[in-house]
Amino acid sequence: CTELLSKSREALTSGRTLREEFRLSQLEALLRMLVENEDEFVDALHKDLHKPRFETVLSELILVKNEALFAINNLKKWMEPEHVARSLVTSLDECFVVSEPLGVVLIIGSWSSPVQLNLVPLVGAVAAGNCVILKPSEISSHTAELLQRLIPSYLDTECYHVISGGPSDLTDLLELKFDHIFYTGSRATGQQVMQAAARSLTPVTLVLGGRNPCYVDRECDVAIAAQRIAWARFHNAGQSDVAPDFVLCHTEVQARLVLALRSCLLQFYGPEPRHSTSFGRLVNAELFTHVRDLLLASGKVAIGGQMDEAEKYIAPTVLTEVLETDPAMQQEIRGPVLPIMTVSSADEAINYIRRKEKPLCLYVFSSDRKVISHMMTCTSSGSFCSNDSVLQSMMVLLPFGGVGASGMGSYHGRCSFNTFSHKKSCVLRNTRVECVTYLRYPPYEDRSLSLMMWANSLSRRSQAWCEIL
Amino acid sequence: MSMEKQAVERARTAFLTGRARPLEFRARQLKALQRMITEQEHDIAAALKRDLNRNEFQTPLFELVSLESEIQLALEKLPEWTAPRPAEKTLLTISDEVYIQPEPLGVVLIIGAWNYPFALVIQPLIGAIAAGNAAVIKPSEVSEHTARLLEDLLPQYIDRDMYPVVNGGVPETQELLQQRFDHVFYTGNGAVGKLVMGAAVHHLTPVTLELGGKSPCYIDKDCDLSVVCRRITWGKFVNCGQTCIAPDYVLCEQSIQGRVVEGIRHTLLEFYGDDPKTSPDYGRMINKRHFKRVMDLLEGETVALGGESDEADCYIAPTVLLDVPPHSRVMQEEIFGPVLPLVSVGSVDEAIRFINQREKPLALYVFSYDKKLIKRMISETSSGGVIANDTLLHYSVGSLPFGGVGKSGIGSYHGKHSFERMSHQRACLIRSLSREGMNKVRYPPQEASKLRVAKYFMQKRLWTGGLCWVTLAVLAALLVLALLITLLALILKGSEQ
Repeated sequence: CTELLSKSREALTSGRTLREEFRLSQLEALLRMLVENEDEFVDALHKDLHKPRFETVLSELILVKNEALFAINNLKKWMEPEHVARSLVTSLDECFVVSEPLGVVLIIGSWSSPVQLNLVPLVGAVAAGNCVILKPSEISSHTAELLQRLIPSYLDTECYHVISGGPSDLTDLLELKFDHIFYTGSRATGQQVMQAAARSLTPVTLVLGGRNPCYVDRECDVAIAAQRIAWARFHNAGQSDVAPDFVLCHTEVQARLVLALRSCLLQFYGPEPRHSTSFGRLVNAELFTHVRDLLLASGKVAIGGQMDEAEKYIAPTVLTEVLETDPAMQQEIRGPVLPIMTVSSADEAINYIRRKEKPLCLYVFSSDRKVISHMMTCTSSGSFCSNDSVLQSMMVLLPFGGVGASGMGSYHGRCSFNTFSHKKSCVLRNTRVECVTYLRYPPYEDRSLSLMMWANSLSRRSQAWCEIL
Repeated sequence: MSMEKQAVERARTAFLTGRARPLEFRARQLKALQRMITEQEHDIAAALKRDLNRNEFQTPLFELVSLESEIQLALEKLPEWTAPRPAEKTLLTISDEVYIQPEPLGVVLIIGAWNYPFALVIQPLIGAIAAGNAAVIKPSEVSEHTARLLEDLLPQYIDRDMYPVVNGGVPETQELLQQRFDHVFYTGNGAVGKLVMGAAVHHLTPVTLELGGKSPCYIDKDCDLSVVCRRITWGKFVNCGQTCIAPDYVLCEQSIQGRVVEGIRHTLLEFYGDDPKTSPDYGRMINKRHFKRVMDLLEGETVALGGESDEADCYIAPTVLLDVPPHSRVMQEEIFGPVLPLVSVGSVDEAIRFINQREKPLALYVFSYDKKLIKRMISETSSGGVIANDTLLHYSVGSLPFGGVGKSGIGSYHGKHSFERMSHQRACLIRSLSREGMNKVRYPPQEASKLRVAKYFMQKRLWTGGLCWVTLAVLAALLVLALLITLLALILKGSEQ
């Protein structure tokens, strides 16, 4: 990997990633790669996660295509210097901010949505003019292998590299010096990444997991809420960073919600989800064991609970009578299990949420705007969605990222471009108008200080005038 | 419980009350800061005089004026900065509210530096307050008089629980760094920067590191050297060279080195007279340790100007070194003192190569009349900021982000950038429970027909440029048609009569 890093640095020095045409050609090639190999992607994701074609196309391929198209359509604008408001002192000068590539970026993708979690940051890094070393997760091995095979056939082989490897390889990789590290995954590995980055003062973006709360209010169409929650929770067999992890609701809502969920799940996956082509599998035996153990030690199974270890299958499961101390309420589940914990009010839900780490996403279902507003104001999370879930993480026009323990930094759309750029401030002065500048030079006198203070107060009061200039 | 832990707990408790959320509270705190600066200018100047031998003019000039601008800007723009920012709608979200809501992060730790000890604590504090955070303030113990003054003054003006001041040395700072913060803002050197970021890992706390480095200054040979030298001299020797964005060294062709030295000599006379030691406008090194550090860098070098020193007074004369070899000690570390090496390069290409072989600096300066050369410098090198034909100035332009890249730092601040750096930009999607029909396409069981419809909604933008213009054109055409019909009707009616 040291070799690939030097190769990337040399490619960077050549300057070709600085050109708009080059970046556009790479983004267009990426698009072609997705279009021309759709079947192969569907196949790889089916092998890795038993992901249905529908989910692969919608929640993986289209997401990346949207990002690439958005970048292609806006790159020219993003690459232009941004002129800023000048102070009185600089009113005859040019003040602007240019976006520069950071250099060589390391992107470490996660396994739950292995295509989009690798390629969406790649789009941003390429658009911003960086070289990239991409490390897909070895857990979704078929997709990793596919990316390793396809990317060199479409993208510049000097600038962009895909590498493979497991956790021990990650340790070695993190010893090398990058200009930015983008990591999606678990909190523990996020800390490992940041520790390594601290040693070389490398900026990082960490999109970490956590437990996304979902509050269902009494004032709510529970049937519709159930549909939206079930879709989010059980797609990809529950292996999602952004799905609601658990529900908080009043006891009376719980009863209605369970009924509605049962009916939903029947509609979605039929009486035997195991036979449904729309339902996935857990990615490996380790995760299966983890989810199974959580399920068996928490609350009571209200819906589902069937398992098949050989197939890594766990039925869409809803747990009730869940306590705060249950394992399912203490750890990330990462599987098709939805615990419901009862609370007596929205405020109790808020108190519970505030006692825990800030989540990546927070969901509220209510027809009462005041409840939604109250929940939003009294909590913090990476993102927030009312009366639905997951969608806010799929939009090109909203930043996606965590806060606190759920991560730092964000991406998607222009935010990706900004994350992978350095915003360099530039002031171009002329040397001819020295008489004004004289005021700042020693020897310092009362008179020059008063003039400077006056000029400063003038520029504050007449900000608009300066901006026109 | 340690004093540091207590202070952090106090700040967190205060933050959790929610009183920093309303804009009136934040504005009150900012106005109080403004009052503090105005009412206490004399005491602030006295503390800075004792720490850095600043005189009464330098305090407002170097520290206070920019702070007042920042406060005024924050007061004026607070409603705008804190308002939700709507995001463009798509077909999918046409009936929803989609916006980004800036929110406070929580408790911010601000660790100041000693070279501009007042400004480097208050400036990030303004951003922290504006963004609705609590803040624990740790001034640098090296500038001890200012540190003690801040500990005395701040609680008299701003909420003492929300913004506690913690003083102390290395052990106290380490104890602070063990506590949980929601952002750590550090100004100082790279070695400590690494420790700060390393400590932040435990709680996964984001950091802003304003570090230093060696800021190069390239002088093109076709230049009015009198103006150039004046601007460089000012930037270099202000605060006795102890400025993170001071031009650290000069790159120029051998043929002009002599004239550059003359230009600087002439300017130094203008600024500080014959003997800078007696000038009230010339500063001192902060302490003996830094005095010795800088004096050691002079060993073996050719002194073209200055070189005099007085350890008892921590005085080092404004010094220029000639023909400095790139591998010499003075070229290996940030000087942070009144010593300016001149390194000769054969051309601008060589200068660019020289700069790119080294760590990315906090600032880069280029003096030239040639716009193409300036453009090349900007696009072929990287640095926190660039100024053509002056030094230091970008610090004072509030609309420009101020910060480093690579080893010179992470993140930026000033003006709106301070607010954004210390806020969380929360993405919000507000939907209703109605219009479930549209959602049905995404639910299993999944079929090809559903996929086609879902793809359409996911991919369609609402107001793409083309669609907008087409719609406007159609509307305009309809309007014209309607007007023509009306006109025709009126004419016909008129002719009938």
